[in-house]
Amino acid sequence: MAVPVAFFAVFFAYPVAAIVARGLEVDGVWQFGRIGEVLAQSDVRHVLWFTTWQAIVSTVLTLLIALPGAYVFARFDFRGKQVLRAVVTVPFVLPTVVVGTAFLALVGRGGLLDELWGLRLDTTVWAILLAHVFFNYAVVVRTVGGLWAQLDPRQEEAARMLGASPLRAWRKVTLPALAPAVAAAALMVFLFTFTSFGVVQILGGPTFSTLEVEIYRQTSEIFDLSTAAVLTLIQFVAVGAILALHAWTVRRRETALRLVDPSVTARRPRGTGQWALLGGVLVTVVVLLLLPLAVLVERSLDAPGFGYYRALTRDDGGVFLVAPIEAIGNSLSYAVAATLIAVVIGGLASVALTRRDAGRFVRGFDALLMLPLGVSAVTVGFGFLIALDEPPLDLRSSWILVPLAQALVGVPFVVRTMLPVLRAVDVRLREAASVLGASPWRVWREVDLPMVRRALLIAAGFAFAVSLGEFGATVFIARPDNPTLPVAVARLLGRPGELNYGQAMALSTILMVVCAVALLVLERLRTDRTGEF
Amino acid sequence: MLLALEGATVRFGGRAVLDAVDLEVAEHEVVCVLGPSGSGKSTLLRAVAGLQPLDSGRVSLDGRDQAGVPAHRRGVGLMFQDHQLFPQRDVGGNVAFGLRMHGASKRQQAERVQELLDLVGLPGASRRAVAALSGGEQQRVALARALAPSPRLLMLDEPLGQLDRSLRERLVVELKELFGRLGTTVLAVTHDQGEAFALADRVVVMRDGRIAQSGTPLEVWQRPADAFVARFLGFENVVEATVGAEAADTPWGKVPVPEDAPQGTRTLLVRPAGVRLVPAGTGLRCTVTARTFKGTHVAVHLQPEDAPRLEAACALRAAPETGDEVGVEFDAGEIVVLD
Repeated sequence: MAVPVAFFAVFFAYPVAAIVARGLEVDGVWQFGRIGEVLAQSDVRHVLWFTTWQAIVSTVLTLLIALPGAYVFARFDFRGKQVLRAVVTVPFVLPTVVVGTAFLALVGRGGLLDELWGLRLDTTVWAILLAHVFFNYAVVVRTVGGLWAQLDPRQEEAARMLGASPLRAWRKVTLPALAPAVAAAALMVFLFTFTSFGVVQILGGPTFSTLEVEIYRQTSEIFDLSTAAVLTLIQFVAVGAILALHAWTVRRRETALRLVDPSVTARRPRGTGQWALLGGVLVTVVVLLLLPLAVLVERSLDAPGFGYYRALTRDDGGVFLVAPIEAIGNSLSYAVAATLIAVVIGGLASVALTRRDAGRFVRGFDALLMLPLGVSAVTVGFGFLIALDEPPLDLRSSWILVPLAQALVGVPFVVRTMLPVLRAVDVRLREAASVLGASPWRVWREVDLPMVRRALLIAAGFAFAVSLGEFGATVFIARPDNPTLPVAVARLLGRPGELNYGQAMALSTILMVVCAVALLVLERLRTDRTGEF
Repeated sequence: MLLALEGATVRFGGRAVLDAVDLEVAEHEVVCVLGPSGSGKSTLLRAVAGLQPLDSGRVSLDGRDQAGVPAHRRGVGLMFQDHQLFPQRDVGGNVAFGLRMHGASKRQQAERVQELLDLVGLPGASRRAVAALSGGEQQRVALARALAPSPRLLMLDEPLGQLDRSLRERLVVELKELFGRLGTTVLAVTHDQGEAFALADRVVVMRDGRIAQSGTPLEVWQRPADAFVARFLGFENVVEATVGAEAADTPWGKVPVPEDAPQGTRTLLVRPAGVRLVPAGTGLRCTVTARTFKGTHVAVHLQPEDAPRLEAACALRAAPETGDEVGVEFDAGEIVVLD
């Protein structure tokens, strides 16, 4: 327990606090008046307003499009279901930068739609909204569909026998059972879209800016630290509120539901209606999830003879100090280190949280672990730079800085994956081992470890994918001669010219393939689908 | 004494789940703790196993106080209510687990596993997955696993609880035979009196964390210690009565009592066999409200006027129909004065 707490104190709380202090403290006096001043600025209010409404619209759109998908995955049995389930999950672990690039290739200038019909969406909010749906489709399908598949259909049948029509039975029995899961999924989507950075940065242009993008702009372009600090605080409060609500809905979800094995609730679709629904969901998946990625790959191959890929290996001395291809090596080694850190820290935290004698303090820590998911990654990245630059913790020039920041985002995924599994281990199974003569350490090795081994691998995979795609913090702390893949993509996109654009597409494709492979390996390992991610 | 509990007390948030329990189990004895759910039976086993610390009192094994001895060093076996077989290990892996923990060699393990699987009637099942076992087979594997390290005391928590009736009746006989053959010392808990009476040398009835009665199955069955024990054993005809020299005043009128019965205000138990049905007009007037077929006899439920219901046992041929009016007389030989 002590290790994760210390980790979060030093590498999360301290940098964030440091940057807030840097912005709001002048000569030892706290300038809380700045909060009012900043809030009074019309462009800040504009950003706040946009951040909120685009998050709401994104969430509603995602629910509308993904709920039928959740139903299809929960209740229908069809060939290729496993593969499809993996496919819809791929976008969730894709780096935001890749998603931004893919949508640029689809709806941007010279994109597929532009070529076909002269349709461009990259200057409209639609590009952002669609990208957000693309990202979060899996969150809804997995959270809601996972529970839906386990709801006992006999409950609905019981209601039918008592005289309820099918619709009424669904509304009175299934919907209430499902509601907390829908709420939890909606809040997660809201959280991810509210703090959206990479997507908006790439697709938003100068017109659209979320809080996170604005924080980035204020820190790195305008150098107005006090405005950035105020915005960080606002985002912090908003995220805290969302997470508190989320924790509450998750607790409600855990209460008294009759759950059954998902394999017994699904059957083959029957009748035109059900086949049409299945078809509709398949079309949605293809158009919304696969098309952007396909276009991305196609664009990256646009130059003859893999021209863009070959260009990646050349040290042009312009954008970077090194050949862009080296970003792959950097990214992989950073991600491996970040994964190790995240698994150790997250694993320790999970074990501490499952102990039966865990007090209220420890359980509160559970919710705190989620914070890095929502707190401005830009702030964390910048905070690292200004807080960890003096002895005893002078890490500014150390390579470990990047993995540390990436691990911070990976830990919540590790904890979320491990906790349900650890909690599901029957206490009496441990007791049975203990009575048979196993010491506490052997109990852990003989009983817990075999059961969580799989979860541990899955957690590691998620942490790996998330670290690989981390952008907000890394963009600050990765050194110019050691860029990661997402950073390299963003820099290439930021420069004019066909070649840079093509190289960005090529790098994105590579990143996508690495993430997708990591995820597909995970899907083979995963057996239960009750988790949130 | 192999096992001795002295004033063992466990409290959950102020409520005493085990309340100053004294209990002794001698070597080779089979003791069954019988009680309704929530009476503290399982807590008793957990306290002996070292899974539940005592708030006061002591547990000793072979005369040695077990305070501070962790569960894995107590050398007792516990068979859990729903078996708790390790799902990721096969049958052999489960049975060998305790041996492995005690550092037995591979060969010793294999021999002992085979020996125990033969003993519980599952020869050759070593490689089977536990998920593929039926309820009865799981129960056997759990038993083999608990017996494998040769514990000095074997504890069983509702050993046959989840099995269906016919299987339960067969297994209880097998268990009794097996324990007799091995000379195992057993402390079992159950809520099923049939199971307890069939299995035990001695029955201990628990109520609200205290021991209500302890004795051989016959003693407990013939002379329940109080109204609670009598009702728990399934007797319905239990009332307050003023006992005199030859008869007692009860809501059912004068009821004859055995000669040596203690006198005064007492609790009276009338066994169903002691409620004799006579033609209407003589004895206590009753209406038959229900009859249930019990295999060897019929239980007839009677409603007297202004008095508690009575249950009578009578032969199938002689049983009256529901709604009939009958008279009731009492048989002194089937009447027990409690307390």
